[in-house]
Amino acid sequence: MSATTFKPIEARPAPVKTDGLVAWIRFNLFGDWKTTLGTLIIGAFLLAILPRFLNWALVQAVWVPNFEACHVEGAGACWGVIVEKFRIIIFGRFPFEEQWRPLIATLLLCSLLVASCMRMFWKAWLGLAWVVVLGSFFLLMSGGVFGMSKVDTDRWGGLPLTLLLSSLSMAMAFPLALLIALGRRSNLPAIKSLCTIYVELIRGVPLISVLFMASFMFPLLMPQGFNIDVLVRVLAGITLFAAAYMAEVIRGGLQAVPKGQIEAAATLGLSYWQTQRKIVLPQALSMVVPGIMNNFISTFKDTSLVTIVSLYELTGSMSLALNSDADWRPYKIEGYLFIALIYFGFCFSMSRYSLWIEKQVNKSKLR
Amino acid sequence: MSTPSSPPKKSWSWRSQAFRGLLYQIIAIVVVLLAVLYLAHNTTTNMKLRGIQSGFDFLTGPAGFDIGESFFAFDSGESYWRAYLVGFVNTLRVAVVGIVLTTLLGTLIGVGRFSRNALIRGLCSAYVEFFRNIPVLLQLLMWYLMFTEVLPASNEPLVFGPFFLSKGGLNFPIPEWATGHVWGAWGLLAGVIGAVLYRSYAKKSFEQTGRVKSMFWAPLAIVLGAGILGWLLGGAPTALNMPVQGEFAIENGGALTPEYLSVLLGLTIYTAAFVSEVVRGGIQSVALGQSEAAAALGLSRGQTMRLVMLPQALRVIIPPVTNQYLNLTKNSSLAVAIGYPDVVSIANTAINQTGRAVECIAIIMLVYLSTSLFTSITMNWYNTRSAIKER
Repeated sequence: MSATTFKPIEARPAPVKTDGLVAWIRFNLFGDWKTTLGTLIIGAFLLAILPRFLNWALVQAVWVPNFEACHVEGAGACWGVIVEKFRIIIFGRFPFEEQWRPLIATLLLCSLLVASCMRMFWKAWLGLAWVVVLGSFFLLMSGGVFGMSKVDTDRWGGLPLTLLLSSLSMAMAFPLALLIALGRRSNLPAIKSLCTIYVELIRGVPLISVLFMASFMFPLLMPQGFNIDVLVRVLAGITLFAAAYMAEVIRGGLQAVPKGQIEAAATLGLSYWQTQRKIVLPQALSMVVPGIMNNFISTFKDTSLVTIVSLYELTGSMSLALNSDADWRPYKIEGYLFIALIYFGFCFSMSRYSLWIEKQVNKSKLR
Repeated sequence: MSTPSSPPKKSWSWRSQAFRGLLYQIIAIVVVLLAVLYLAHNTTTNMKLRGIQSGFDFLTGPAGFDIGESFFAFDSGESYWRAYLVGFVNTLRVAVVGIVLTTLLGTLIGVGRFSRNALIRGLCSAYVEFFRNIPVLLQLLMWYLMFTEVLPASNEPLVFGPFFLSKGGLNFPIPEWATGHVWGAWGLLAGVIGAVLYRSYAKKSFEQTGRVKSMFWAPLAIVLGAGILGWLLGGAPTALNMPVQGEFAIENGGALTPEYLSVLLGLTIYTAAFVSEVVRGGIQSVALGQSEAAAALGLSRGQTMRLVMLPQALRVIIPPVTNQYLNLTKNSSLAVAIGYPDVVSIANTAINQTGRAVECIAIIMLVYLSTSLFTSITMNWYNTRSAIKER
């Protein structure tokens, strides 16, 4: 009886290359027949679309503000419309010769926003800086002092208005949301149900109906002869709306704080507010940073809705700029792409920033 | 030496937490009530001063405006509540179709981000980043512009077989009505009942013998087979109502207006970006060991997906997807910006005509609150069904 002899299996050939571009392409684009098929189909699709798009957007595009050049057969995108209408798109109906004021105001607000995002500026005086910058923003926009002519809020528009609406409503919605979230977690049934009703009512309806309410119904709700500027009413509407959503995000974080933390705080003799301020909120808020940032981003995008109640923020002023001029009206696509790019720039950088801050906050959890 | 006495425990002292709680609640309720009364008082005096009548009686009066697009016949002589009904149906038409399409597209793109093909992965993430970061209103306006400016006029449409695409919208063939279709519908119904019976039989047989029977393809075959059988029995009608090129516009066939298409396309593409992120998160949340364990047990890839991965991923996916469905429904109110007559747009016209802002906004709120509630209840029911039951 012969014993079976052990025959080792032939070793597999070593892969040609496991790192570098070629290996990456081989694995990721032509790994197996399915991958290869996908690559071929999508590659063909891209080859059919991309050159035509690039041709339209760059090669054949007209960059000079001359609409006759755009009318020529075979001309691509008419970017000249942006060059021509740039100032109306960005600043809306603000008086033309006074547009240095919104420009400075926008730059101030932008640099404050950027500074608030940086860790080294997270000091107490940042709050003071906010007050100062917002104050000067309003001064610059409305004028009436220091020899600046008065500009009514209904002529404010474009990017400054978008930035103002979004940053102010976020800043005001946050503390409100905090209180509502705490209210929903409270043991007191009346307070709890009031907060719940608020959140559910607001979350159940579209923002646009809140805005309609702010513009149509608000004058009815106020005493006779008491008139609030439409900008303020809309701002209040957006704030109330954003607060309801943010409250839910924060509530999620509050729920995630282990009960033992609160019990420990009670054992130490901390009061309710001390417990919330020193123990619960720091833990809860750091957990929901991504959610809050998402909320900021959606509020920023939602400000575009005020164009429906006739405030000319970025979207509205873009339509305004091109609708009023028959020569340029056919080139709305370019205009829309331009402001889409502006929105994209802001939102994309906010979401990247959110990732970064998430990493910062989670540092304590890494070992 | 006396021990330090604890504070006297009167039940109604400032130190008692219960007392303070009660006080806070009373204050809160009183403040809210006063505010509501104050606002209501202002509203009534304002309305009196301006001579605005109140009440919902205007709903029975003639609307006096035409609606560009309605599911059932409507003309300007009919009452306001019929107009609202048209608007409500139009909202539902966007919401329901949008939810179905968004689920499909979102799942596809979410799964696509796990593809082994780098091109697919890249395209899917580019899609998500791009469409998520641009306001949905802007996207709707852009789609509408595409339909109304870029497409050719309806007397020289783009032709894709029996489909016509033009500034007038999309025209497509629809089946000519015949009794055979009713037979087909009955067949489908019978097939659904048969499939349900088959599934319960297959489940029982699995529990008794341990043999796995097809739980998806076989029922699907039963439903489709019964439907086709009914259609064949009904005489297999195949007549189609084809769209034809008229002198000015395209006639016959089914048609979708550019307004509807832009709202649907815009909302679907926007919301799908969010749904795909949810799907991606859900799949990522299932531990790798689960699929390895399934493979070790000898489950096929399909079975692993269906029996192991999906039940766990769905638990994570369903609640946020419900939120996205609600968002889509609420965002359909933006249709007012491009002139699609949804319920908000009808209400807006009604406000301008009758001045009854309070009532019209109340109707909008009622419509959206009830639709949202219906969606949440349905999804919660599905969620409890698909939640993992722990002992």
